[in-house]
Amino acid sequence: MTITFQLDGKEVKAREGMTILEAAQEAGIKIPTLCYHDKLKPYGVCRICSVEVERKGRVRIVASCGYPVEQGLVVRTRSPRIDRIRKILLELIALTAMVNGDVAGEIKKLAKEYVANIHRFESHFKTEPTRCILCGQCVRYCDEIVGKHAIGFVGRGIDRRAVFFPEKAKVCLTCRACFDLCPTGKIPSETDFVVFDGFSIDDYLAGKL
Amino acid sequence: MKDMSNKRLSSVKELEELRQEILSKRDPDKPIITVCTGTACQAYGSLKIYQEFADEIRKQRLEGAVVEAKATGCHGFCEQGPVVVIFPQEICYVKVKLEDVPEVVSATLAQGQVIERLLYKNPVTGEKITKDPDIPFYKNQMRIIFGNNRYINPREIDDYIARGGYSALSRALLQMSPKEVLDEIKKSNLRGRGGGGFPTGIKWETTKNAPGEPKYVIVNCDEGDPGAYMDRSLMEGNPHSVLEGLIIGAYAIGSHEGFIYVRQEYPIAFENTIQAIKQAEECGFLGENILGSGFDFRVKVHRGAGAFVSGESSALMSAIEGKVGEPKMKYIHTAVSGIKGKPSCLNNVETWANVPHIINKGAAWFNSIGTDNSKGTKIFSLVGKVNNTGLVEVPMGMTLRQLIYDIGGGIPKGKKFKAVQTGGPSGGVIPERYIDTPIDFDELTKLGSMMGSGGTVVMDEDTCMVDTARYFISFCCEESCGKCIPCREGLRMLKEILTDICEGKGQEGDIEAIEDIAKVMQDASLCALGTTAANPALTTLKYFRNEYEAHIKDKRCPAKACKALTSYYIDPEKCTACRICFRNCPTEAIHGDKNIVHWIEQDKCIKCNTCFEVCPPRFNAVRRISGQPLPPPPAPGTKVIREKKR
Repeated sequence: MTITFQLDGKEVKAREGMTILEAAQEAGIKIPTLCYHDKLKPYGVCRICSVEVERKGRVRIVASCGYPVEQGLVVRTRSPRIDRIRKILLELIALTAMVNGDVAGEIKKLAKEYVANIHRFESHFKTEPTRCILCGQCVRYCDEIVGKHAIGFVGRGIDRRAVFFPEKAKVCLTCRACFDLCPTGKIPSETDFVVFDGFSIDDYLAGKL
Repeated sequence: MKDMSNKRLSSVKELEELRQEILSKRDPDKPIITVCTGTACQAYGSLKIYQEFADEIRKQRLEGAVVEAKATGCHGFCEQGPVVVIFPQEICYVKVKLEDVPEVVSATLAQGQVIERLLYKNPVTGEKITKDPDIPFYKNQMRIIFGNNRYINPREIDDYIARGGYSALSRALLQMSPKEVLDEIKKSNLRGRGGGGFPTGIKWETTKNAPGEPKYVIVNCDEGDPGAYMDRSLMEGNPHSVLEGLIIGAYAIGSHEGFIYVRQEYPIAFENTIQAIKQAEECGFLGENILGSGFDFRVKVHRGAGAFVSGESSALMSAIEGKVGEPKMKYIHTAVSGIKGKPSCLNNVETWANVPHIINKGAAWFNSIGTDNSKGTKIFSLVGKVNNTGLVEVPMGMTLRQLIYDIGGGIPKGKKFKAVQTGGPSGGVIPERYIDTPIDFDELTKLGSMMGSGGTVVMDEDTCMVDTARYFISFCCEESCGKCIPCREGLRMLKEILTDICEGKGQEGDIEAIEDIAKVMQDASLCALGTTAANPALTTLKYFRNEYEAHIKDKRCPAKACKALTSYYIDPEKCTACRICFRNCPTEAIHGDKNIVHWIEQDKCIKCNTCFEVCPPRFNAVRRISGQPLPPPPAPGTKVIREKKR
């Protein structure tokens, strides 16, 4: 079934079940993303793809990668409010993504576009940057596409980490599928597999890692 | 469960016969001593006291027909625990000790004499109060949901049935159609007690009408707000009331399978729930063909694993599925697509417990209580700087002032009320000037706070509002699952900035940074934990911005609570060298001698506040100084100035 909705002031047609992000891509409107991958199920954690939707006169902010299009929906992919959300999200995420005082790749590009000051919160940030933004693309790709379940999350909140499971990580040497996915380049640059020697989940949970 | 244990009830008639049989065995004039064994009273040793009563009754040969001891759930007046109530006179003894037991048995139970010293004393009038309904703490409440706790042994279904329990279930199942039950709940305007205040009837209807089978109904008992324990006390003290509501809801929705999600940290709630389900199954309130109605329903208990965020609907449902308890995007409501993608209706403990009352007394009765948009009562846990801490149930629309002063008995030590935090870490602080606000879902939201599940933390003039925000933000930072960026990184940064401000390292631009981050968290977080987590920071900024500015610009904590910004100083003109602070200082930072003015060695001082608290009010020599230079210590050997006797 075809659905008609308004995207940035234009009438757009989409198929039922599509997300706003997919419909926008078909319509040639770019919405920035950090955790989205077209082969993976929507995860909705980077929130960079946030857009404004208006329904029955009520305006909400939603993650376009997960919100299904609806007949008559009004969507704005850029607005002062959206731009501000993206700018501050980038300023926050820059702290953990930082390498030698700068960010790289998509984050750098977006930071420029949204005039994000990547050093804004630096003076309060007391942790060593992990260079990982926990977008989960590696974890989900390994689960959903490769089917090896060699990477997973451990820890909660600011202690959350993506880690290789050592008893399964042997396949990684030949697979390397996640290397190209990593938006900050942490996996290809640091994964020499020496790091993961002798690693165990128990060690992590015991706070030894 | 005596002779009925092998017989499932199969009709309303049989339920009524059982109720009459239970009641006929009970003499309403027989003295019953109930000992509160809620969490707080248990911490005071009430289980031992209950055991002692049972033993003492046996020792004094009063057991059996003469008197009976009963361990009940929480009565609510935790401040005065252990609480003991003797029926039928309703004599209430507070702060009962083990050694009081023989006297209570021989004097009160055997002879009906009241023991003066164990009665509650009204701190204002000094009057001793005999009956618990006359104590102001109870008198100003409306205990519909919570009131049965004091009569019921939560591990005995007979007690619940004797109080009219499961009559709403039989009414719903045998005299009403599912549609009629749903309509009654919709008409009652009951709103979810877990925090959001979503209309319960509409939620039920959404699940009922959603395509897909099976449909699930779930009890959310993952309460975890700091200072909140309403759901715990209800689940521990009267589990059958929640179960009865759940079964009625399942019938209305057309669900045959339910879950009760109990958090890991509530072992008694877990045990009592398991016991309640077992007994309800034996009686035929659960299982196949309930009360001969043809309706089948089963329920399982799911135990949490210690994560606050699992109280969020999609996270809770993931946990029930056996996955990590993390929220998911839910642009399709869990009421439509929840557990295993099936329609799942999740309500809070207190919401379910309201249902039997609405079915029994009708939507019109429920609508007669409360305000225009918030009907019925709400249970609050009243904690913090308030005289009568405990669990209170009040009609919606009662003002904060009535709650804090009439029921809570005001602020201890004659201090000034400053603010009240409602709604737990997702709520906000409400300052003194709004103390006459009626408690109502919408009124509290208008002030930037929320009803939440009912945690109510009262704060006095010694509470620093920046530190309060730091505390709640740190709590959420610990409890965030870390999945989405705004919540994880936003909370991390808010916590760092607020900690820096409290430590005197605040910088220009910090307030704007807090506001920017908080706004993005509200707008863009994945789940309600993130969208509401910044509320404590935003409300303290809204109402106490001057305190933030004082911390940042003047390096001064107006409440003199932030250690890094506060120093302790002994006024040489007031010190009488009484030696009390000297003896109590844990770090030996206080120097001085007999007749020699005392002084504090600042490098050794850990700012524990002990000297300030122990200095006798008639001397009032210890001062807390913030934002001003510290006066130099007195010259060595300065003698005490004594007023000459006239």
